[in-house]
Amino acid sequence: MFAFIVRRVLQAIVVMLIISFIGFALKQNVGDPVRELTGISVSAAERDAIREKLGLNDPFLVQYGRFLKGAVLEGNIGQSFFYKKPAMEVIVSKAPATLELVLICSVLIVVLSIPMGIYSAIYPKRLLSRLIMGFSTIGVSVPIFLIAILLIYVFSIKLGWLPSYGRGETVNVWGWESGLLTVDGLKHILLPATALTALMLPLFVRLIRSEMMEVLETEYVKFAWAKGLPRVRIWFVHAFKNTLLPVITVGGVQIGTMIAFTILTETVFQWGGLGFLFLEAVERADTSLLVAYLIFVGVIFVVVNTVVDIIYGLVNPMVRITGRK
Amino acid sequence: MKKLLFLALAFVFLATAAQGKTLKMALDADPESMDPHVQLSGGMLQYTHLVFDPLIRWTKDMKFEPRLAEKWERIDELTVRFHLRKGVKFHSGNPFTAADVAWTLDRLKKSEDFKGLFTSFAAPKVIDDYTIDIVTTEPYPLVENMATYIFPMDSKFYTGNDDKGLPKDAIVKTEYSFANQNESGTGPFTVESREHGVKMVYKRFADYWDKNSKGNVSEIVLTPIKENATRTAALLSGDVDFIAPVPPQDFERLSTNKDINMVTMAGSRIITFQLNQKKKPEFANLKVRQAVIAAIDNAGIAAKLMKGTATPAQQQGPEGFDGYVEGLKPRFDLEKAKQLMKEAGFEKGFEATMIAPNNRYVNDEKIAEAVVSMLSKIGIKVSLKTMPKAQYWDEFDAQVADIQMIGWHSDTEDSANYSEYLLMCPNKETGKGQYNSGNYCNAKLDELVNKANVENDRAKRKALLQEVEKIAYEDASYVPLHWQNLSWAAKKGIDIEPIVNIMDFPYIGDLVIK
Repeated sequence: MFAFIVRRVLQAIVVMLIISFIGFALKQNVGDPVRELTGISVSAAERDAIREKLGLNDPFLVQYGRFLKGAVLEGNIGQSFFYKKPAMEVIVSKAPATLELVLICSVLIVVLSIPMGIYSAIYPKRLLSRLIMGFSTIGVSVPIFLIAILLIYVFSIKLGWLPSYGRGETVNVWGWESGLLTVDGLKHILLPATALTALMLPLFVRLIRSEMMEVLETEYVKFAWAKGLPRVRIWFVHAFKNTLLPVITVGGVQIGTMIAFTILTETVFQWGGLGFLFLEAVERADTSLLVAYLIFVGVIFVVVNTVVDIIYGLVNPMVRITGRK
Repeated sequence: MKKLLFLALAFVFLATAAQGKTLKMALDADPESMDPHVQLSGGMLQYTHLVFDPLIRWTKDMKFEPRLAEKWERIDELTVRFHLRKGVKFHSGNPFTAADVAWTLDRLKKSEDFKGLFTSFAAPKVIDDYTIDIVTTEPYPLVENMATYIFPMDSKFYTGNDDKGLPKDAIVKTEYSFANQNESGTGPFTVESREHGVKMVYKRFADYWDKNSKGNVSEIVLTPIKENATRTAALLSGDVDFIAPVPPQDFERLSTNKDINMVTMAGSRIITFQLNQKKKPEFANLKVRQAVIAAIDNAGIAAKLMKGTATPAQQQGPEGFDGYVEGLKPRFDLEKAKQLMKEAGFEKGFEATMIAPNNRYVNDEKIAEAVVSMLSKIGIKVSLKTMPKAQYWDEFDAQVADIQMIGWHSDTEDSANYSEYLLMCPNKETGKGQYNSGNYCNAKLDELVNKANVENDRAKRKALLQEVEKIAYEDASYVPLHWQNLSWAAKKGIDIEPIVNIMDFPYIGDLVIK
């Protein structure tokens, strides 16, 4: 078991090195940060002096080596040029906004997709089911920024019910800037969360529906019907429980996609989270911040995957044995 | 019960009245720092006009208006004497004197972004607490223009070390510095709080010297909203009171809206193409350059593509600038363009490459595409490449293409500035022609600009600069397209008309909200 864990952790470190290398190679091609830091009439020589001071003129490997040294020895993954602060500090301060948005969306998706999926699986021919499926087709095919702009148009401009941008009032809870504890903050999260949910919900509804329909056709469900068990028991205990497994697997993968899609949502709604930060950093050629962002996201994925793998290994020794060959 | 309700309402009303007015403002960017000398950009100048005060400032009709300097006079060819306002206080409570002006000028000369503008300035002479002589090393006609960039900083406040042991006056671009996070100016507003890129709150400075100003904004909440659609939506939904700039696609919608007050004016940023004569020998031929200009319908681009949010141009500086020449005729004439190509011996045309940014100027990519199709009509087959501004400038400097787009706004609000950067013969040592990727070079034009730069007589200087514009026009030295219009929009009752200007820094200290 110990060897297995060590192997997994080593793999994770290698993956992180590769990610940081790719991130750093990308950084060289995003553009010149010094252009964004100076007025246009500043002379070329002056600009070169700034580049020299920031170490941007050094060869790629020297810069990369310096970066690795800082990251490993001091936990310093760079300095954001735009924010004039350590990149880590900037990312950590923006993370709560994105995580809260993802959290609210996940809750909405779970609460909505399960009953919708089950209903349309049990009664596939009913009008409501067809409506659900129809809407989910639209949801899948319409780009998210269109949904977002439509929501702003209807609920902010025409009806004036909800604010059109920003996070609203936030409360600091043990260093976590939360928008979920104030009425103003909740109002602000409603539209972006709806937009993001509108994009992700159809996938889950369809997934639950098709899985559930398949399970309902299986022998043991037919047997349960034959035994005369109550409907509710067959649907929820026998059938739905077995539907859940593939849904959870896909759901895990989709969390990653969700983080990616928040980039568009956050831009339209001026939501001050990580997606917004990322896009702005690209636009400003804030290259250090870009690398830091890639590393940060990379670490999250790698850590989660490694932990999951290790837990799998603990729970199911088969995984360890097949891994050994 | 009714009486009680009335009283409560009256109380609420009085309380809000006494608090003054809050202006919720959304701009496309927020200031890069709280240190006015860290970067020369539109966002920074907008900020500096709120928190600091210049010696003198521009009025709407491009004249100078006294601010911290009450009056000024030219004493000799090299010296302008400024008489400073008495009884002005900094936000820290320190009194404002001539020493602060001298200190600020010294700091400007250390700033990477500003030192280029202040090269001809020598050390000023402090005559007494309220009189200072600003001295230049050679006759310099733009002392007043540059005085609009001198925003005196509180020299006592910025001297010494902060609690991290770092010098308070350091100008730092990418890291923490005292001046990046603290301010003490003499301006109408102080910075209450600042979350970079998210929100900034200003409060009116109680001891502000300008008691005559009718401005009644007591608090400004500034939110940067880069996304055009979001910014307009924020105004329409009432989440903010004032936005700038207005996205061109929303001009019509906002200007016809009864609840919105929109103001536009021709700006001073010229959009041009440069034709590289060195890289593409065909462009060294005057007739070819004239043909290119004649083939491009720049009035059509301004009217259709920009939907009237731009003013077609035949020269660099707009009306009101010294070099502006009345009556330079539009040159779009397709038949003549074809004729010129024939005369030049390129009846069959040729191929050329073009680059343009796709997120720097309004509709930049679309303009480039339109120009490509217009040039195809006279046989010039252009292959166009567009890219984000973060990558664009390196390519521009490397002169990778035969035709390159550039927009230019004069930092000095003066005609000579355009020629210095865009038209003068490129010269690494003097830095002239730094953005002249057309490699246009005309000794006569250089001489005229250099002469104008040391000519203190305004009328003579004007004649020189007009001569420059005429030569550039005759020589077809570049392809002028248009000046981008500036635009602001606010809720009805917010009187933005008197406080906005061609430099695009609204004087919110003087803004009146009814």
